[in-house]
Amino acid sequence: MMRHAETEAAVADEKNGRPVKISVRNLTKRFGDLLVLDDLTFNIHANEFVCVVGPTGCGKTTFLNCLTRIYEPTSGDLLIDNASADPQKHNISFVFQEPSAFPWLTVEENLAYGLKIKRVAKGEIERRVNQILDLMGLQQFRKSYPGELSVSIEQRVIIGRSFAMRPDLLLMDEPYGQMDVKVRFYLEDEVIRLWKELGSTIVFITHNIEEAVYLAERVIILSNKPACIKEELVLDLPRPRNIAGSEFIQYRKYITDKIKWW
Amino acid sequence: MALDDNALKIKLREWKDKQRRDDLKYLGIGAASLLAFLLFWQMAVKTGLANERTLPAPSAIFETFLDKLTDPDPDGNTLGTNIFASLQVSLSGFFAALVIGIPLGLCMGWWTYADRFLRPIFELIRPVPPIAWIPLVVVWMGVGLKAKALIIFFTTFVPCVINSYTGIRLTNQTLINVSKTFGAKNFEIFHKVGIPSAMPMVFAGVRVALGSSWSTLVAAEMLAASAGLGYMIQYGRNVARADIVIVGMLTIGLVGAFLAAMLQFVEKRFLKWKTTR
Ligand SMILES: Nc1ncnc2c1ncn2[C@@H]1O[C@H](COP(=O)(O)OP(=O)(O)OP(=O)(O)O)[C@@H](O)[C@H]1O
Ligand SMILES: [Mg+2]
Repeated sequence: MMRHAETEAAVADEKNGRPVKISVRNLTKRFGDLLVLDDLTFNIHANEFVCVVGPTGCGKTTFLNCLTRIYEPTSGDLLIDNASADPQKHNISFVFQEPSAFPWLTVEENLAYGLKIKRVAKGEIERRVNQILDLMGLQQFRKSYPGELSVSIEQRVIIGRSFAMRPDLLLMDEPYGQMDVKVRFYLEDEVIRLWKELGSTIVFITHNIEEAVYLAERVIILSNKPACIKEELVLDLPRPRNIAGSEFIQYRKYITDKIKWW
Repeated sequence: MALDDNALKIKLREWKDKQRRDDLKYLGIGAASLLAFLLFWQMAVKTGLANERTLPAPSAIFETFLDKLTDPDPDGNTLGTNIFASLQVSLSGFFAALVIGIPLGLCMGWWTYADRFLRPIFELIRPVPPIAWIPLVVVWMGVGLKAKALIIFFTTFVPCVINSYTGIRLTNQTLINVSKTFGAKNFEIFHKVGIPSAMPMVFAGVRVALGSSWSTLVAAEMLAASAGLGYMIQYGRNVARADIVIVGMLTIGLVGAFLAAMLQFVEKRFLKWKTTR
């Protein structure tokens, strides 16, 4: 099944003419004696939307951390655009699992943070921050500090901060876990819109299988620790997807079963 | 909606009024206790329960206080001159400690090399009580302003370093990682993430430092001094004027409280994100 899906993905991408964006080669990561990632090899194509699902503690966050060089892989390599991954060269945004707004910066300063690091021109920063404030419904909070906001609004700031970067590569680690259903649906549609508009490549980690089926072009299912790829699933459902559609439910059940199995 | 707004505003005003009334009430209670204490003291002295020579009545102390504002007797300086002299000593020591101690602590907390290099020296100096430096300091630089300021420096330096060090060590790793993935270099992360996140701890250290700089004053002014609050107290002791001693003590307390309030004001400004919670 796994080989099958991979070739399927390759064929699909040949059709779309999308080059390889991320190439993961024999990626292995150990923490001391603890083997977390076991010889992962796969590709993610430019402008692809990939969801990664897997049991708790299997190494999803570790994978992203290797991709951004927060951790050095024990062996193997990760290539972005055929060059070894390097956040100083590549335009990467990462929405971390933990709340990560800077408490000493106001909402608008938080949104501008990454742009300032990338030395984006002042006028452009202002324009983008304003756009994000509108997009995320944060205008009224622009001068507030994160400590004054609820967790879900703080999370919107964090997501907005990554969107503002117009990243080549957007990594999201369970970004919507804290959100209520309404905001989550809204932001799921937003991330799809952003993806289409900017042509970003997105790697999205989630626990929520419905979310994965709603968003992804391809779902990577990881096994229990040490993580290896159990299966890759190409979802070619039309968008916007109907979460009550029979095909949708079939996919959802299928993935749920796969994860329940171990 | 508009109606709601109005109702809310009225509620808010009511709540604020109540808050103000409460504040006033508690202030009243505090003042009453202080007054009772002073009254008891005054009575004790006037009825001869306490010896007026060793414990003057509050009224006498207040009189001395007013006198000292203009009268240089017996120590040769008015109260204002003494306060100024003491402030000069303690603040110059204090600010020197901030300017050197805080950056040092921050760098030691951030760069392991700086830590490894400087820590042995620091650990050696740290346990030495500041007063034990006095003889050496006198040999080095006599008994002038610089010598006294140096002793204050030794007391205030340590909390500045320790708190800055600890504060920056506690920087949230996720926030560092956010900056890394945006492509920030280590030095940029140091000044954009490390320093601001250490600020609350740094300020706590500065508060401790300010307190100890002011309270080591008496000791520092035991070095031959010709002015200062500590000097005034010494002098009062030598001429057996308990009222002068007490006025000196009270002034030290008051000025100390005033400095602490100033610092709190600055801190509120600097750490708006903490205090607006
Ligand atoms: N820095 C580290 N040092 C040692 N062990 C670690 C470290 N980071 C992660 N681990 C271990 O690696 C394993 C995978 O962790 P990881 O955070 O990648 O899982 P995850 O799939 O993201 O889990 P979750 O679904 O809870 O977010 C865990 O067993 C964890 O204890
Ligand atoms: Mg995780």
